[in-house]
Amino acid sequence: MSLEAQVVARAGSLALDVDVRAAAGQTVVLVGPNGAGKTTLLRVLAGLLPLAEGRVTLDDEVLEDPAARRRLPPERRSVGFVFQDYVLFPHLSVLDNVAFGLRARGRAKDEARKQARQWLERMGLAAYAAERPRVLSGGQAQRVALARALATRPRMLLLDEPLAALDAGARAEVRRELKSSLGRFDGVRLVVTHDPVEAMALADRVVVLEDGKVVQEGTPADLSARPRSSYIAELVGLNLWRGQGLGDRVRLDSGGEMLVSHAPMGEIYASVHPRAVALYRSRVEGSPRNVWRGRISGVESDAGRVRVRVEGSIPVVAEVTPAAVAELSLIEGQEIWVSIKATEVSVYPA
Amino acid sequence: MTRPPRALVILAALAASFFAVPLAALALRAPWASLPEVLTTEVVGSALRISLISSLAASALSAVLGLPLAWVLARVPFPGRSVLRALVTLPLVLPPVVGGVALLLALGRLGLVGGALESLFGVTLFGTLPGVIVAETFVAMPFLVLTVEGALKGLDPRYEDAAATLGASRGLVFWRVTLPLAAPSVAAGAVLAWARALGEFGATITFAGNLPGETQTMPIAVYTALLRDVDAAIVLSLVLVAVSLLVLVTLRERWTPQA
Repeated sequence: MSLEAQVVARAGSLALDVDVRAAAGQTVVLVGPNGAGKTTLLRVLAGLLPLAEGRVTLDDEVLEDPAARRRLPPERRSVGFVFQDYVLFPHLSVLDNVAFGLRARGRAKDEARKQARQWLERMGLAAYAAERPRVLSGGQAQRVALARALATRPRMLLLDEPLAALDAGARAEVRRELKSSLGRFDGVRLVVTHDPVEAMALADRVVVLEDGKVVQEGTPADLSARPRSSYIAELVGLNLWRGQGLGDRVRLDSGGEMLVSHAPMGEIYASVHPRAVALYRSRVEGSPRNVWRGRISGVESDAGRVRVRVEGSIPVVAEVTPAAVAELSLIEGQEIWVSIKATEVSVYPA
Repeated sequence: MTRPPRALVILAALAASFFAVPLAALALRAPWASLPEVLTTEVVGSALRISLISSLAASALSAVLGLPLAWVLARVPFPGRSVLRALVTLPLVLPPVVGGVALLLALGRLGLVGGALESLFGVTLFGTLPGVIVAETFVAMPFLVLTVEGALKGLDPRYEDAAATLGASRGLVFWRVTLPLAAPSVAAGAVLAWARALGEFGATITFAGNLPGETQTMPIAVYTALLRDVDAAIVLSLVLVAVSLLVLVTLRERWTPQA
């Protein structure tokens, strides 16, 4: 079982043109900034938006092929959709929300409710069967939305920002539950998110969308090691530059040069972990390294680590200890020397 | 708080008394002692009956026809949609008597389709209860259409999307999702349409006439009674005031922001 989708579609000012493949039993996470076309892509796959060009097939069934004038409407696709904010029907009980799909597909009322009740029991929500969705917490609503989507036994499950509606405290717990629920679903699983932690935690494979195009795809490990866009670099917390490889150094497209241990000739990416960026009050000498002077433009601390943003000929983010902040009196506006050893720069072809 | 300008206060008080004094006059002049007696006379009884039946029927007809129209206006993009919306809104501002004349020319015995209606189905609208219902629906339906259209536009379209992805056909989506979610507005629109139909005078008397026991509704009875029997007119008016207050109380949360 698998999804193969070549999608060309328009929504407002967005021109979506992507190629997405997903195997059953694998969680593919679509990440990207707002307006990248993630939700639009899910809507196209569900049949809620028409395809302008391309072709969507699910398990050898053609869902949509404009060239062949074929288009299955959403209600005839075997697709479960968990919407952002869940969109549970407010006028129906939790049980009838979950039973809705079975009823719509012609199951008798008693039978549909019986199956819906089993889903709620599986999700640990049997006690809420008779309640209206508005009494549910965010995490519970998400489980009901998931049960509603899974109850019709779809071959593909689409989740749009499944954790965005939750407060930070509940998110980790709900994410664990979601991951195990996804693990029990053996069809194609596509999750949209803008949250890097969520993407890395849920994904077997990550597809990065920017401005309607796929800019990178790979395993979470690939992405964190070798980001290919500033968006991903920021997601995984790396400094990233694009430039020309010149053997022992790189000419950065944004200006400046950087010494590296080895750079192939041609278009390359160079990335440096913020931990490998050292800050000094005065100029340092030593093994081959890149040293330049900059001005601190921001200091953020998070969980015992401090990230210092330095503007200069090469803008960079350094990660230092709180002790270093005090010792070097790292405050905004402070002039500072930046040093990166040539061996700490990771270089890979663009 | 700043002291409001005196001129404004005086004008505001004038405006307030403009509404209050006539109602007070009605209550003061009412023949309270003979109220039950007047209320049970034949003319009042039949006017009440005709008004209730025709206004409820007009409200129901407005819902049955107006709901699909509101849905089309809210959800189906087509050229000329704004023209259609203007057409629907027209009866709100059109003098009802003009509406009555127009109806007469369309559905009257010698009208555009009225003749066919009579010869094919044997339906006569002038001077009959169905005629009253048609006239009242003409002026009342816009209230329902505009209320429901606004509600449908405010409805998150993803509820319908969710239903579709769950396998519901478009018809099922409408009955199981759209309609229940819009139900409060349909109810409010129906009540507004009913209140408008109940007070209808101009279109009704023009199109359906003034036949006691046949087409004489409460407002027409008030007008007719005023020429002969002022007390009866006052009693009938009080009944209509009571009904209006009832509507106001029912819909107070929609009309008056809770300050």
